[in-house]
Amino acid sequence: MTLADGIWHQIFSFDNYGELLTLVRNSLIAGAALGLIGGLAGVFVIMRDLPFAVHGISELSFAGASAALLLGTNVVAGSITGSLLAAGAIGVLGARARDRNSVIGILMPFGLGLGVLFLALYKGRAANKFGLLTGQIVAVDTPQTTWLLGTSAVVLVALVVMWRPLSFASADPDVAEARGVPVRGLSIAFMLVLGLAIALSVQVVGALLVLTLVVTPAAAAARVTASPVLLPLLSTVFAVISIEGGILLALGSSIPISPYVTTISFTIYAVCRLVGKYRTRRPGARRTVPQPA
Amino acid sequence: MTSVPRARQGRRMDGAAAISLRGAALSYGDRTVWSGLELDVHPGEFVAVLGPNGAGKTSFVRALLGRQPLSAGTLTVFGRPPRAASRDIGYVPQQAALSAQSMLRARDLVRFGIDGHRFGPRLRAAAVRRRVDEILESVGASAYADVPLGLLSGGERRRVRIGQALATDPRILLCDEPLLSLDLHHQRAVTGLVDARRRSHGTAVVFVTHEINPVLGLVDRVLYLAGSGHRVGTPEQVLTSESLSELYGTRVDVVRVHGRVVVVGAPDEPATPPPHTHETRDTRETDGVRP
Repeated sequence: MTLADGIWHQIFSFDNYGELLTLVRNSLIAGAALGLIGGLAGVFVIMRDLPFAVHGISELSFAGASAALLLGTNVVAGSITGSLLAAGAIGVLGARARDRNSVIGILMPFGLGLGVLFLALYKGRAANKFGLLTGQIVAVDTPQTTWLLGTSAVVLVALVVMWRPLSFASADPDVAEARGVPVRGLSIAFMLVLGLAIALSVQVVGALLVLTLVVTPAAAAARVTASPVLLPLLSTVFAVISIEGGILLALGSSIPISPYVTTISFTIYAVCRLVGKYRTRRPGARRTVPQPA
Repeated sequence: MTSVPRARQGRRMDGAAAISLRGAALSYGDRTVWSGLELDVHPGEFVAVLGPNGAGKTSFVRALLGRQPLSAGTLTVFGRPPRAASRDIGYVPQQAALSAQSMLRARDLVRFGIDGHRFGPRLRAAAVRRRVDEILESVGASAYADVPLGLLSGGERRRVRIGQALATDPRILLCDEPLLSLDLHHQRAVTGLVDARRRSHGTAVVFVTHEINPVLGLVDRVLYLAGSGHRVGTPEQVLTSESLSELYGTRVDVVRVHGRVVVVGAPDEPATPPPHTHETRDTRETDGVRP
């Protein structure tokens, strides 16, 4: 066996696939839920220009999860706590985009530093440590699945309830405020919901790669549609394909799940970009110039 | 939908005022933007708000929307505080108010105007859709209803904005610099839409503008804000050399040429269109939203 074959076998291996599949049943269920909320939350992350906030919150989420690991408590709960603290701080301190980016830039290294400290003190399995940063598939046991699904349900309900005014406030804040939409309240509420969604994503793809679930699918969808119905739908489909595809491909290998998820997600984005470019360039494809009345 | 008075023509001084300001003042810290403002805007009346940059035109708009509390005096909209009257005010914001990241189509913006403030899933989607189509038709924007806003020209986007503002059947139309960076043709289209609405529905119009000339034939009264004070009256009363010289405390000449008003010598010369205006093409880049 040549070296290349060896590497290939490390990346893609489908030996005993059927048996392995039963092991990741929980992960597949959790993955579907994460894809759904990641794809939906991503729509607003793009609209409100929050990708950097997503990254910042995920580092604090990592700190919370590693603290929980060290203390031997529920890692998902720790992750959610870190996320919510970060999201709340960013939401309250950083109403304006410029303030927000500095707040995130200050919180993020602090969170990572704390996370590294907790992991250095932790004496358990090394795979647990690594998994928080780069993702893992068998991390999800049954009680955790319950947590993940429960929190996903909360996020989903919150998003459905505030979808319309949040879209209005995100896209057209001046007029929304004039119409009595609680723009600032919604901004903070969305940050908290986003915090929950991020904490969940950290469990599967890891803190460093949350963007691949919460930003890339929505950005890809925005390249091919402007419809307020199709956009969240496509974004969700892309996110679910990325994560479930990632889990299924990563199954037989010894490599973390994240490269599979990120690669699928990125490929979808690249294809959407090309499709979008083609559609805008084709004459008369997206708009026809009306004659002046 | 709110019931509206039928077919009022021009100015009507009878009945309740749509907007009423009494001794209104606004200041930020020590700096007073305007004070002692007494103004009633009546249904069907067209009031232009003029003045140089920094004279408080934007603050005036914010006060009407209930987003900026007065520092003295009262402001009521149909007898209520402005915040309680948000459905009664159709607001056409300045350009560049849209988030560049938003992936909206013309019809989505209008739909926001109808029910964007409501929480929960949308019920009666078909009825809302019909209403959106009606509104787009009424402002002549049906042809580009499904085009993303980033691909529309400034004039087209302004039509959609007016449609959005009219979505609640408001009794007041508040337009903040709606003619900015539009060529003459599109300026006429926009002022025509606003004026038609006022005549058919008796909607009061508050029109904040740098340029009085495109609306000179339509305005009933002018509120002229200058850093040192303000004037309220018909264009013939306010836009005179005496009145503006007194307001600015310096020699200002108002000249009328071919039915146009030209102000010479005022700081920022708000009544004169910038020289490039008529050459400005109705370009996409000038309207704040990148495609």
